[in-house]
Amino acid sequence: MSISVDATQQTGAEAMETEREQGRHETGQGEPSRDESSRDEAVVRIVGLRKSFGGLEVLKGVDLEVERGQVVCILGRSGSGKSTLLRCINHLERPDSGAVVVDGFVMGYRCKGETLHELRPSEAARQRQAVGMVFQSFNLFPHLTVMENLVEAPRKVQGRRRAELVVEAQALLKDVGLEAKADAYPGTLSGGQQQRVAIARALMMQPTVMLFDEPTSALDPELVGEVLEAMKRLAATGMTMIVVTHEVAFARNVADRVVFMADGVVVEDGPPSQVIDAPRAPETQTFLATML
Amino acid sequence: MSVAAPTGAARGRHAHERLAADQLPPTSVVQLKHPVRLASAVLVGLVALAVLYSMATNENFQWGRVWFYLFDPQIMAGLRSTLILTVSAMSMGLVLGVVLATCRISRNPVLSTVAGVYLWFFRGTPLLIQLIFWFNFAALYPRLSLSVPFGGPEIVGASTNEVLTVWFVALLGLTLNEAAYMAEIIRGGLLAVPKHQTEAAQALGMSPLMLFRRIVLPQALRVIIPPTGNQVIGMLKYSSLVSIIALPDLLYSAQLIYSQNFETIPLLIVVSFWYLLCTSILTVAQRRVERHYGRGTPGAPAPRTPGSLRRRIAGTTQGGTR
Repeated sequence: MSISVDATQQTGAEAMETEREQGRHETGQGEPSRDESSRDEAVVRIVGLRKSFGGLEVLKGVDLEVERGQVVCILGRSGSGKSTLLRCINHLERPDSGAVVVDGFVMGYRCKGETLHELRPSEAARQRQAVGMVFQSFNLFPHLTVMENLVEAPRKVQGRRRAELVVEAQALLKDVGLEAKADAYPGTLSGGQQQRVAIARALMMQPTVMLFDEPTSALDPELVGEVLEAMKRLAATGMTMIVVTHEVAFARNVADRVVFMADGVVVEDGPPSQVIDAPRAPETQTFLATML
Repeated sequence: MSVAAPTGAARGRHAHERLAADQLPPTSVVQLKHPVRLASAVLVGLVALAVLYSMATNENFQWGRVWFYLFDPQIMAGLRSTLILTVSAMSMGLVLGVVLATCRISRNPVLSTVAGVYLWFFRGTPLLIQLIFWFNFAALYPRLSLSVPFGGPEIVGASTNEVLTVWFVALLGLTLNEAAYMAEIIRGGLLAVPKHQTEAAQALGMSPLMLFRRIVLPQALRVIIPPTGNQVIGMLKYSSLVSIIALPDLLYSAQLIYSQNFETIPLLIVVSFWYLLCTSILTVAQRRVERHYGRGTPGAPAPRTPGSLRRRIAGTTQGGTR
């Protein structure tokens, strides 16, 4: 496994270059068979991503690659651009410059030779199937039962048969421990249950990558565990996951890699043992000191 | 009971009410009476009885004539006209309202402004005036024609008064006015669906049209339907304004009869009866539809379980009264 960050557009990136090298060696220890030449395929490639809202530049040139099966946790203060980065990955936000490539496709654009042509909304929608997303506020469809929440999109978007989808949905609900709630409306479920349904709903589209945008931040403390457990089990299946979170313990135990963002750039990137337990960047150090 | 606490007395409690430390509270309960509620029920009930008695015995109501005209063919024809007018003006108003609401929300500033001015005009002037205005439209444009714009040759054309029949004017006036109100109701409903819902549907790969139809619209309808029901009921009643342009609706049919025989009161009672019957049916239908679209929302109207009248007046505080 390797940490690959293209630093060509990153301001002040040179200073961190050595740290990344070290991170690379450390990750290498666990899987000695891999080295630079046989690195895994990058499923998600983020290149020079910039995004402003009004006059405020939220992302100031982010480069990041995520390999297939990797679990990457993104940590950082609120306002550091974590959520915006995530929303750019499935093109819910259109970046001002730079691009996101998922599984070889530039999100939101059609690649013709040297130029990118913006996709129509319906075409962009088709692309998003590859990227599952779980939101902080669950966002289940309140007018549909749990089962309909799961079945609706694959049936309408992918045109798959309802009967087979129901079987699949039941299996997924069982995985997240909610097989008894198939006919319930979301409003009758607890936050933790809703979030587990939301995870199952995203998985129904058979995505290549799963994005989690602070999935436990809106939950009562006693409900956080059940959602993290579901995510942990998903990670164990080999799903590629990018998780924006404040759960440092989860990042340490489950993530292959932790990315620390501050002020719109990636300041630290490496295995949890390095970024969480031995942070080098002062921003990471102060952040972790307040979290622990 | 010698342990009366001074604080208890200070709070207005009597020392002898205080239970001893080892004493259990009694189990038999005398519930609070509501004498004012009972008295007002009796009083209002008596007044209502008096009104009913007076209505039944006052010969000026001419109940015999009411019954005579209730199913009069002319009245029935008028009722049919009123219903046709209501249904067609309402459905056309709904369609135009959807278009206007879409324009109003649109990011295109020209569309949104034009829709805004339309709403401003048609909601800001009385429907009655709009109807009379359309009725006299021939004074503005004596001839209606389709021609090449800005003074080119005419393709088809007709005299305004030939085109604008009473029915056409009535439908035009009611529709244009209704569209303005429906547009605001629809817009409100669409804006009431949280943006998160759209994002969640987008993240699942739904196209804009699909997510509108399957996710946004069903949720917006929950907000749109109750006021729309009110609009239908309102339309049924306001359509009586077309009597001013002599369209033989329910009211004008009655007016035609009583202008000849001066049986004004019985005929107005007949008309009111039919309006009340129609609005009552619509109210029941509206409640059904609301319940259907309230699925999955805890605050949705549930089937009512009334307690007995006696119990509700006597006022056992559990159940019944809220």
